[in-house]
Amino acid sequence: MDLSSINWLLLLASLMVAATPILLAAIGELVVEKAGVLNLGVEGMMIMGAVCGFIIAVETGSAPLGFVAAAAGGALLSMLFGVLTQFLMSNQVATGLALTLFGLGLSALMGQGYIGIKAPGIGKLDLGPLSDLPVLGTILFRHDAMVYVSIAIVIAVWAFLKFTRGGLILRAVGESHDAAHALGYNVIRVRLMAIAFGGGCAGLGGAYLSLVRVPSWTEGMTAGAGWIALAIVVFASWKAGRIIVGAYLFGGITVLQLNLQAAGAKIPVEVLSMSPYLITIIVLVVISADRKRAAHNAPADLGKSFHASH
Amino acid sequence: MKLTKLLASAALAVGLATTAFADGHEKTKVGFVYVGPIGDGGWTYQHDQGRLAVEAEFGDAVETVFQESVPEGPDAERVMTQMALSGADIIFTTSFGYMDATNNVAAKFPDIKFEHATGYKRLHDNVSTYDARFYEGRAVLGHIAGNMTETNKIGYIASFPIPEVIQGINSAYLHASKVNPDVEMVVIWAYTWFDPAKEADAAKAMIEQGVDVIMQHTDSTAPQAAAQEANANGGRVFTFGQASDMAAFGPKPRIASIIDDWSPYYIKRVGQLMDGTYEQTASWGGMPEGEVVIGEITDEVPASVKAEALAMVEAISNGTYHPFTGPITKQDGTVFLAEGEVATDVQLVTMDFYVEGITGDIPN
Repeated sequence: MDLSSINWLLLLASLMVAATPILLAAIGELVVEKAGVLNLGVEGMMIMGAVCGFIIAVETGSAPLGFVAAAAGGALLSMLFGVLTQFLMSNQVATGLALTLFGLGLSALMGQGYIGIKAPGIGKLDLGPLSDLPVLGTILFRHDAMVYVSIAIVIAVWAFLKFTRGGLILRAVGESHDAAHALGYNVIRVRLMAIAFGGGCAGLGGAYLSLVRVPSWTEGMTAGAGWIALAIVVFASWKAGRIIVGAYLFGGITVLQLNLQAAGAKIPVEVLSMSPYLITIIVLVVISADRKRAAHNAPADLGKSFHASH
Repeated sequence: MKLTKLLASAALAVGLATTAFADGHEKTKVGFVYVGPIGDGGWTYQHDQGRLAVEAEFGDAVETVFQESVPEGPDAERVMTQMALSGADIIFTTSFGYMDATNNVAAKFPDIKFEHATGYKRLHDNVSTYDARFYEGRAVLGHIAGNMTETNKIGYIASFPIPEVIQGINSAYLHASKVNPDVEMVVIWAYTWFDPAKEADAAKAMIEQGVDVIMQHTDSTAPQAAAQEANANGGRVFTFGQASDMAAFGPKPRIASIIDDWSPYYIKRVGQLMDGTYEQTASWGGMPEGEVVIGEITDEVPASVKAEALAMVEAISNGTYHPFTGPITKQDGTVFLAEGEVATDVQLVTMDFYVEGITGDIPN
């Protein structure tokens, strides 16, 4: 094995890029689940974001506009889920799964004329002297803007849930919608807003795939990233900080295993291939091992429909 | 218990009735089961081009149906059964992983022809298999790659460790090392046919480790885009279009491509079915049959290398050259082919070893 051929600085840098789509989708889903809604349609909303972002970016020649459109597309699709589950009280699990299938199909239709086209680049953010720092500059300060936006969103969500009144209301709705309703809060409205935020974040994550990481449009390009995001929310026991740990760990080991293969590591490829899933789950389970507290972390009314009449 | 039995036999009766009815119809109905989306720009896209070629050839005499993105597993069996019940006369199943499903469903519908791509199991009279000699194309690409690399590192993004993929790696390496003995093969097993993000990551990992020519046996254009980005940042990385031409990424990084053209085979088989000469076969066409085509070699490749590559295409097409011609030694040092010996098809379809010079192990 020739580990010296791996450039560890570049590896740590590409870790952040590889993790960003999952990070965005997972933090959005965290907010949705904190409000007591289980939306399994993350994959569908991601791919919607990927195609909307790509189309708008190609048509306008502007990647930032593409990301705005991606968030809008993801949020719009999530509203379909919102109307069905919140007003028509359909089953959340079934509706979420249907949303994934619908998103995959609709995106394939929308993307018909966009196969094999290149997206306009987003460009690296110039952070001046920070980018020139040895070691840290390469790892942390030479990325595109979306990497920092995703981290900013995570921090904002954490602060919102922990310190603001709005965050308290959102958590109350997720823990006991009846109590929140009795206190005079509009449960449905809070949940719809959370669902839209989750859809927007998933859309951004999808667009990061089609505009930065891949960057081109192909049908079904999310290839299961949405399901990984869902799993990370659970294993991070609904805590924003752990979402970062989970996403970066998963992204990091994905990149690392490919680098190890290229370097000719004497580890069976099968083991390397499953390591991202395995290690992410193990680490997140270990850090949330305190069973008493972990049980309290899941929102009590997760996945339950609410109707104001009772 | 009784009820389920009743329901099952009722379903079976309906099924039989539909197939019996189907036999009486006039149009030949041709079904295709795809593993990816038809818009993948690669493998499935090319099969769908073959389907369209069948429609163009026979016009109103045929009707084609297809189902895309069918997972390899129980779902595939369900989709094939559905197609058989809806009156298909012949069904092409276009991925290696459909092998058992194809044979299982074929057992239930003896009157319907099944054609399984890239597999080797023909358990029933109505199952044929077909494949293309991709290793012929890989030999030409390997020759170009060996000439183009400056770092002497050629990357190969591989999908699954099956003979077809291993043939490709060996063929590419043999011909690259022939023109450049220092060349090193960097193989990454992606364990997927289609996952753009993972393929992009694999390409990036290779580029970061100094690989400057990337070949792929996965279906998306993501590695091409990754190489393009590296070139935009001052790199010098070349790629080859896979399955489909991927011309949008030329003239650089994409400098040539290996194209699967299934149209001749599909037209031949559907035609045989219609005029009654259809027989069970195990077809393995290549460059001579027009099933494996090398796409345009761009001007990034020196004219002399391009001429050599085209000469190799010519030699393989007219049968004067076989990419696996001895002497070839296996990785473990034993002799695979003696001087002048040519590999038999059986030796090729059971290939489970690297040739001498490639480092690393094949996962099993």
